[in-house]
Amino acid sequence: MSAIDFNQQAVSLINSTKKADFLAAVNASGLEQFKTLPFPTRKTEDWKYTSLFALTKQDYNTPVQSSDAQGIESLYQVAGLDAHRLVFVNGVYKAELSKIDAEDGLTLVSFLQANKDEQAAIGAAIGKVAETERNLFTALNNAQVSDGVYLKVAKNVQLKKAVQVVHVSTTQKAAASAFSRCLVELETHAQATLIEQFVSTDEEQNVLFNQTTEAVVGDGAKLNHYRLNSEHESSLHFGGLYVDLNRDSQFESYQVLLGGQIKRLDVLINHNVGGSHCDMTGVYLPKNNQHVDIHSYIEHKAANCTTDEVYRGIMADQSKAVFNGRIHILPDAQKTLAKLSNKNLLLSDKAQINSKPELEIYADDVQCAHGVTVAQLDETAKFYLRSRGIGALEADIMLSFGFINELLESIPLEALRDKMRPLMAEQFTSNRELTKHILHDETV
Amino acid sequence: MLTINNLQASVEEKDILKGLNIEIKPGEIHAIMGPNGAGKSTLGNVLSGREGYEVTGGTVDFDGKELLEMDAEERAREGLFLAFQYPVEIPGVSNLEFLKASVDAVRAHRGEEPMNSVEFLKLAREKCKAVNLDQNFLKRGVNEGFSGGEKKRNEIMQMMLLEPKLCILDETDSGLDIDALQVVAEGVNSQRDPNRSFIVVTHYQRLLDYIVPDFVHVLADGKIVKSGGKELALELEEKGYGWIENGDV
Repeated sequence: MSAIDFNQQAVSLINSTKKADFLAAVNASGLEQFKTLPFPTRKTEDWKYTSLFALTKQDYNTPVQSSDAQGIESLYQVAGLDAHRLVFVNGVYKAELSKIDAEDGLTLVSFLQANKDEQAAIGAAIGKVAETERNLFTALNNAQVSDGVYLKVAKNVQLKKAVQVVHVSTTQKAAASAFSRCLVELETHAQATLIEQFVSTDEEQNVLFNQTTEAVVGDGAKLNHYRLNSEHESSLHFGGLYVDLNRDSQFESYQVLLGGQIKRLDVLINHNVGGSHCDMTGVYLPKNNQHVDIHSYIEHKAANCTTDEVYRGIMADQSKAVFNGRIHILPDAQKTLAKLSNKNLLLSDKAQINSKPELEIYADDVQCAHGVTVAQLDETAKFYLRSRGIGALEADIMLSFGFINELLESIPLEALRDKMRPLMAEQFTSNRELTKHILHDETV
Repeated sequence: MLTINNLQASVEEKDILKGLNIEIKPGEIHAIMGPNGAGKSTLGNVLSGREGYEVTGGTVDFDGKELLEMDAEERAREGLFLAFQYPVEIPGVSNLEFLKASVDAVRAHRGEEPMNSVEFLKLAREKCKAVNLDQNFLKRGVNEGFSGGEKKRNEIMQMMLLEPKLCILDETDSGLDIDALQVVAEGVNSQRDPNRSFIVVTHYQRLLDYIVPDFVHVLADGKIVKSGGKELALELEEKGYGWIENGDV
């Protein structure tokens, strides 16, 4: 079978999809940009360690055939979380699974359900933060976006409930692409919590999922953000997270990525005005033949901003991870405080991590630090546990789990922490006998 | 309780223990003293089953079983406890989770049901109190950010929870000031029992003022070169290890 021309097929898909008028501008500029971008190869610097060969073996550039799904609530339910909820299946909004309550100062609606004024606002704001010059998949998202979530919080309003956006993927008769978008606008001193969950049915997946989130955080505003990817290991996910930070604003983000066939997240945070703070914590846990790739770019364009970025990964079996963390400090960004830490644990001889921290500094009065470590389980710690009667297998799991649990413990939302802990522990074993102590599970 | 017969061991092909013999009966406290490099820590590590130590000869009988045939965790479950010279920090695993996993493993080996978490928490709090550790230490990562004294007290607390038959204290006095040393020694003394034995490995006699041994052995160059009562420790302190090493014994 000859290789498929991904770009050409994508253009056909774009041209054959009818989209709403209020998105015409972003669709048009996205298509134009997309046409200028070559399909990444191993020689493309941003894709050096992530092969897209799989995308040329099958034609993914066809629309999803079905967005029906029964009994999927358990995939995303978070016990104890009282949140506004929007559920999308293969990119299609599901009103019957969603629940949006009224709150003063809150606009929360799916693009296609939005009223005329809201649609005008979406059309005006969309595509302003997302970076498409380098990122083929974000350009494609711009070109093809039709539905998504619009979240706007008015000046001085602190949302009472978190916003939970759920993306469910289901297996199609034939390979297909699903698209989704999230557009966030926080006005001055507004505050919101956004939880983006990506799940799938527990079966071999054939949907290429392309999702872009962009946010503008207003002066003194704060966005608490969670991005939790826990789809089936065969999933294909191309995600983008783009955030503009205005004066004295804050962005706090927790990202958890379990592995997929290809799971790629591009992050771009812009400190645009000054005094803003970005706190990013991420965990990636590929196993078997899974692949995870995180490219994070932080742009310090103004003075007195801080970035604290901590990513940790555990690679098992023959899995592979890529972490590229760049902090770029421009000449005006004096008094910047920036820290980047990336620690990795390799659980097998065949597991791989390609980690590249990049600090590029053009201002002279800044404090920056970065560090990368790659290690195996600490034999002394393992002996310590075993010398107390704990079996070798349980000791390995305790140590692996501990490595990421340190970061999980810092998640402020208790309900999410409780949801994530077992999900993480299951990554190391399905034997509940071995995870009962770290999970305080008395039912085993 | 423990019979070590002609034990020989090497690390990275270097012979460290060169034919060591000790007989320990239930309820006895044996101190093992010796200069640096004599093989004191190696003895603790070999007995507790640490990897990287190769036993090249000899046998160790532990309560009727061949100790050297067991994995580290089996030895612990059979009732051997090593109090580490440098207890390990394990961030991300809470002390309480660790202690419960440990106690459950030992209980399961004895054919006992695991304790429920409420019962266990109550017990762990009691033991914290006994070694003068704040209860908050149960929630913190294992030894994470503990001071030297707190780490050693945590070791003694583990010993109290596991109720071992034989405890090996590996230079438990290192890095402790006199107040911390007294707390640790009190904890150890409270665990003295006609059915529980202790091996106290130390470089200095000071610890033995607080944990009074029944026997003192001097380890030099991988062998016990002299054994005696507690007064031997004082003699050593006075004359120095040169006394042993110069062959003047």
